[in-house]
Amino acid sequence: MSQRYDSVLGLDARRGPLATVGKVVLYGAMVMVFAGPLMALLIGAFSRVVDPTRFSLVPEGGFTLDNFVRAEQRGVYRYLFNSLVVVGLGLLLQIAVSVFAAYALARKRMRGAAVVMLLILATMMLPEEVIAIPLSVVLADLPPFHLNLIGSYAGMILPVAAWGFSILVMTEFMKEVPVELEEAARIDGAGELRTFFSVILPLCRPALGVIGVFGFTMIWDQYLLPLIVATEPTQYTLPIALRTLRSDEEVGIGVLLAAAMLALLPSVLAFLAFQRQFVRGLTSGAVKG
Amino acid sequence: MAVTTPSEVDASRRRRRRRNGLVPWLFLAPALILFLYFKFIPMAQGVRMSFFEVRTYLGDQWVGGDNYTTIVSDGAFTSAIWHTVILAAGTTAGSLLLGLVLALLVEGTGRHLWLVRTAAFLPVVTTMAVIAEVWRIMYHPAADGPLNTLVGWIGVDPQPYLADEDTSLASIMAVGIWRGAPYDMMIFLAGLAGVDRALYESAAVDGASTWRRFRHVTVPALRPVFAILFTLAAIRGLRVFTEVFLLTNGAPNGSTEVLMTLIYKLGLQRGELGVAAAGSVVLFLATAALTVAVRLMRRRGET
Repeated sequence: MSQRYDSVLGLDARRGPLATVGKVVLYGAMVMVFAGPLMALLIGAFSRVVDPTRFSLVPEGGFTLDNFVRAEQRGVYRYLFNSLVVVGLGLLLQIAVSVFAAYALARKRMRGAAVVMLLILATMMLPEEVIAIPLSVVLADLPPFHLNLIGSYAGMILPVAAWGFSILVMTEFMKEVPVELEEAARIDGAGELRTFFSVILPLCRPALGVIGVFGFTMIWDQYLLPLIVATEPTQYTLPIALRTLRSDEEVGIGVLLAAAMLALLPSVLAFLAFQRQFVRGLTSGAVKG
Repeated sequence: MAVTTPSEVDASRRRRRRRNGLVPWLFLAPALILFLYFKFIPMAQGVRMSFFEVRTYLGDQWVGGDNYTTIVSDGAFTSAIWHTVILAAGTTAGSLLLGLVLALLVEGTGRHLWLVRTAAFLPVVTTMAVIAEVWRIMYHPAADGPLNTLVGWIGVDPQPYLADEDTSLASIMAVGIWRGAPYDMMIFLAGLAGVDRALYESAAVDGASTWRRFRHVTVPALRPVFAILFTLAAIRGLRVFTEVFLLTNGAPNGSTEVLMTLIYKLGLQRGELGVAAAGSVVLFLATAALTVAVRLMRRRGET
């Protein structure tokens, strides 16, 4: 089949100098529109910017680490540390919870599986924002123990530790693992946990990549939850802190840019490193709605 | 010699089965407990609170539908609902349209296309807080602000963007589209990959133009993708919070106040938890109704 029919427009097949120039301009514009502002942020974080109007792709005043040094005095690394703790522990917990739940849903015959599935779907249809206000009340007085999670890491981590999307992706994947492998392990005398950890889990590595990178960006993008939970500036995560940094007259835009760059980098790097898994998860997640 | 009676064997087998029946629930327990505490209890609590005047220390007082009456009659709420709907509709439509155009432009297997796709996708994986700060700077209303400098090159006068009542909502919408379109593009690309290439070729052999090929082969194949993206984007649009909170927080003069920023102010800053909860319930009903409506429409479309 000719290359002309690889795509609707068949742009790939158009050759010649005019078409090439057209494509360079088109694709260049696309990159500039979507990545340009983020690149300007990256450049600004490493240059001596003093006012927002000098925000551009052309660095001024030369390369400097000054913004990152001054960021230290403003507690930016404390915020970064908080963010990393929340995303690190949160992601570990989220993966463990998803994998366990998926194992039961995909590999076990059990009564009530349909009801559990329905409950999980219900949590996915329930926007986090809708329960934000009552969640703040529940977090302040967790029944029946009267625990107060406001102002703690646990308050930022536990509400994101179970995520319907991860459970569903993992369940779909585990259903594909051949039953024979599990039976063989069982005949060899492996117990429930042993079978799970040494047979099922290693086979699920591709799906672990998908839920890992999705979970990471999901937790990193949390805003309303840490906003509700954090009561002191020392408890702020990096995304929450940006707003305080901006409104502090003394800070200056350089520190804000440095902090914003630190908040941008982790999820972007996670995406670039696991791009294939990300796109796979994107389509499977979207198809399930 | 010990003899096991059949009933004893039965009993032990039953015990065993019961124990095996418990195992899946043990694996599910962490997820179910977390969902119970952080999804279902708050949901129930929210519905309950919406019928009460929530008073710390004094005890809650039943007020019936008063909180809902407040929402309907309060001008701030009705205009916030209105802004939310406009913002959601504009962002959804803009993202779908631009996302489709982008997908068509970068469809293909070339390495340069992969690079363009990756670059365009970066806004989607960047945390919203950073995007809001970047766009606050881009939108700097001075004549030499970054975006005003750019539009100046094509002869457009400096715009106030977020600083003016007439342009603020549209400016937030533009940021939503900027971040939503590449997401939709990626999903459209996955949909396009599933279109039978032979249909393009046979359409071309029959003398169909590119437009007709797009209209009669591509669009029908993408219909389910449209429905999914529409639902996802519309719900995301209705529950919008972070970008509005950070870009304007309702300013100037309430022109960008949306449901969630108003609920946040009422609930967590002014302590009117009951009214805020009622607002949340309304928001939930709106998203649920939307989901059900799209499901029904799709089902009708299929039969």
